[in-house]
Amino acid sequence: MVEMNMIQALNSALDIQLKNDDSVIIFGEDVGFFGGVFRVTDTLQQKYGKHRVFDSPLAEGGIAATAFGMGINGLRPVVEIQFADYIFPAYDQIVNEIAKIRYRSGGEFTTPITFRTPAGGGIKGGNHHSQSPEAQFTHTPGIKVVYCSTPNNAKGLLTAAIESNDPVIFFEPKRCYRGPFYGDPHNVPTWKGHEKAEVPEDYYKIELEKAEIVQEGTDCTVIAWGAMLHVAEAGIKESGVSCELIDLQTLIPFDKETLVNSVKKTGRCVIVHEAPKTSGFGAELSASIQENCFYSLESPIIRVTGWDTPFPHSTEWDYLPNPERIATAIKKTQEE
Amino acid sequence: MSEKKNSENPFRVGTPPARPGENPIFNKWSFQPEDLKKLDPLNCTTKDSEPHAFGLLRVLNDNYEAKGEWDPELDADTLRLGLEHMMRLRIFDDRMMKMQRTGKLSFYMRSLGEEAIAIAQTMALEDQDWIFPSYRQPGAQFVRGRDMVSMICHCIGNELDNVKGRQMPVHYTYKEGRFISISSPVGTQFSQAVGVAMASSYKGVDEVTITWLGDGTSAQGDYHYGLNFASAFKPPIILNVVNNQWAISTHKNLATGGVNFASRGLSYDIPCFRVDGNDFLALYSITKWAAKRARAGLGPTHIEIYTYRAGAHSSSDDPSRYRPENEADFWPGGDPVNRLKMHLIKIGEWDEKRDNELKEKIDSEVMSAYKEAVKYGDLANGPFPPASTIFSDVYEEIPWHIQEQREELGK
Repeated sequence: MVEMNMIQALNSALDIQLKNDDSVIIFGEDVGFFGGVFRVTDTLQQKYGKHRVFDSPLAEGGIAATAFGMGINGLRPVVEIQFADYIFPAYDQIVNEIAKIRYRSGGEFTTPITFRTPAGGGIKGGNHHSQSPEAQFTHTPGIKVVYCSTPNNAKGLLTAAIESNDPVIFFEPKRCYRGPFYGDPHNVPTWKGHEKAEVPEDYYKIELEKAEIVQEGTDCTVIAWGAMLHVAEAGIKESGVSCELIDLQTLIPFDKETLVNSVKKTGRCVIVHEAPKTSGFGAELSASIQENCFYSLESPIIRVTGWDTPFPHSTEWDYLPNPERIATAIKKTQEE
Repeated sequence: MSEKKNSENPFRVGTPPARPGENPIFNKWSFQPEDLKKLDPLNCTTKDSEPHAFGLLRVLNDNYEAKGEWDPELDADTLRLGLEHMMRLRIFDDRMMKMQRTGKLSFYMRSLGEEAIAIAQTMALEDQDWIFPSYRQPGAQFVRGRDMVSMICHCIGNELDNVKGRQMPVHYTYKEGRFISISSPVGTQFSQAVGVAMASSYKGVDEVTITWLGDGTSAQGDYHYGLNFASAFKPPIILNVVNNQWAISTHKNLATGGVNFASRGLSYDIPCFRVDGNDFLALYSITKWAAKRARAGLGPTHIEIYTYRAGAHSSSDDPSRYRPENEADFWPGGDPVNRLKMHLIKIGEWDEKRDNELKEKIDSEVMSAYKEAVKYGDLANGPFPPASTIFSDVYEEIPWHIQEQREELGK
């Protein structure tokens, strides 16, 4: 095990995939010589050559489309969409083409693409460098949706995403690239000393479709993903309630068994995400848990989310769920 | 508030040459096969191709003679094979359209007037080359040897449909022939094809990719993504814009304010050609030329295929509502099947008797293919693919939530 931040962990996963499999190629805006605006692909072009790691023209639709073609023709493209906010020009290619090609061709053609994309707020990115558009993809059959939260699962899940024969949208919480985030903008720690900053140096894979119970507890299940995992951890601490914290990791297909078992045990549930509430993925989880755990529930499931507004700039701390809101929700689930 | 100008409305909205009830207007072409020099495929700059982008590459003249430097000098057997493929497509289309009209297919799209395009171009390529078609290039499958029974089964969506009843008719997939699955959203294949070609270069394998979209579709981002990525990475690809004048009811005059479609590629530093789309020999010749360039590692070629959509857009369309009913008869490029037939007659390699015999032979082939196909299910009564196929191929393995839904359906 080596201590890494999330950027180093992602870079390590990519490095090993490039080394092990000639069909893996990486491209996207600024990912080549420069190594990406967040440095995730740093030194990879120098190491593997400009044919394996290269800069693309600034056209997300073109990136997705050419990745589709490469996937059809035997490659395993790992593309970067520089910010998740910029994925929408590629939306048609992802939703209508990439997600459906296996189905619509009767299984004759497939395209195993991984879209890596930094998502989420907390970096003063305003409307268009802060969104967390996972729900825009969880509603599309044919793609898998993954959201990492720590250096450890960033590496393990990215390996699994690249090796998956299904296309994967892999969200990286950019707020957590260099440290966990506990919801306090005045206290921004690095990953140094964090248990989940311990990452295997060699090949490392975490199976998709499995949630992780990060912390066991008895009185409330708290489900989160991405940066909100850490905010939820702070919220749990603030609530003083014994909570089971679950990192969802894969959103589609999500690990129903782990969620249901936990909620049956605790009888209460809070779901935290930073994307807007209405039609957010929390709604899906809430409905699914209700369908499966109705007779175990002691109180209504509560969602703590971003507001149903565009993502703001200088007021972002009042937009993002914070430990206080999460603690309030947890305590509310405990009311008789 | 700005004051309204007291003049004719300056907002430009294009109009087609003629509407229903008006006389079709097409100027007779001045372009002749002798006009354009044959360029060296291994030593051609974008600038060299400028006359070819603004001219019209033809081989067959108005007297059905093959002329000029672009004559591919094909032997008579190849020409007859091309004619046979085109006749097969036309007869097949007619039969399928009849099926649609009698309720035996949910939908259909003919290639009428555009048969030469995919057939000549696919014949000019090698078997390992990739085909990224729109819905108007199903003819490539005949060249690649696809069985008609399997095509009809797809169009019905019966139990032998290789795409398991998931796609509308004419949205063929034929992996064996490297013919990619046709998609309804227009133009998406164009930029995808560039990715296939990029992968061929990356792997260093001898493959060329060909793709097509229409004049209307060239307004889509995917067209420009495709051109720009092809320009940047120079993969082995042939990029075709089939300018058949009409995108459903939208005439090309409404689709662009540009001079022509071919020349758009010049600013991407891609050699550009405009070719007579009803001239089998010209299509074959330019495609062979572009493929030679691509195979030599010299990158993309951009081609406007100048033609006319002689039929309706689809079985759901009625062109008499928006264009003169007989407009196709006035198209200066004539009919592609007839032109190749007349050329073969002219050179003494064909005659009306053989033509009629071949027609009858194909007609009975299509009829027997149809009869066989419906044995595997017709549109009214099936059998269709089992309902369980709704749930497979979404992912490599069926995940729990889809499995639950399958169990809920109980089939």
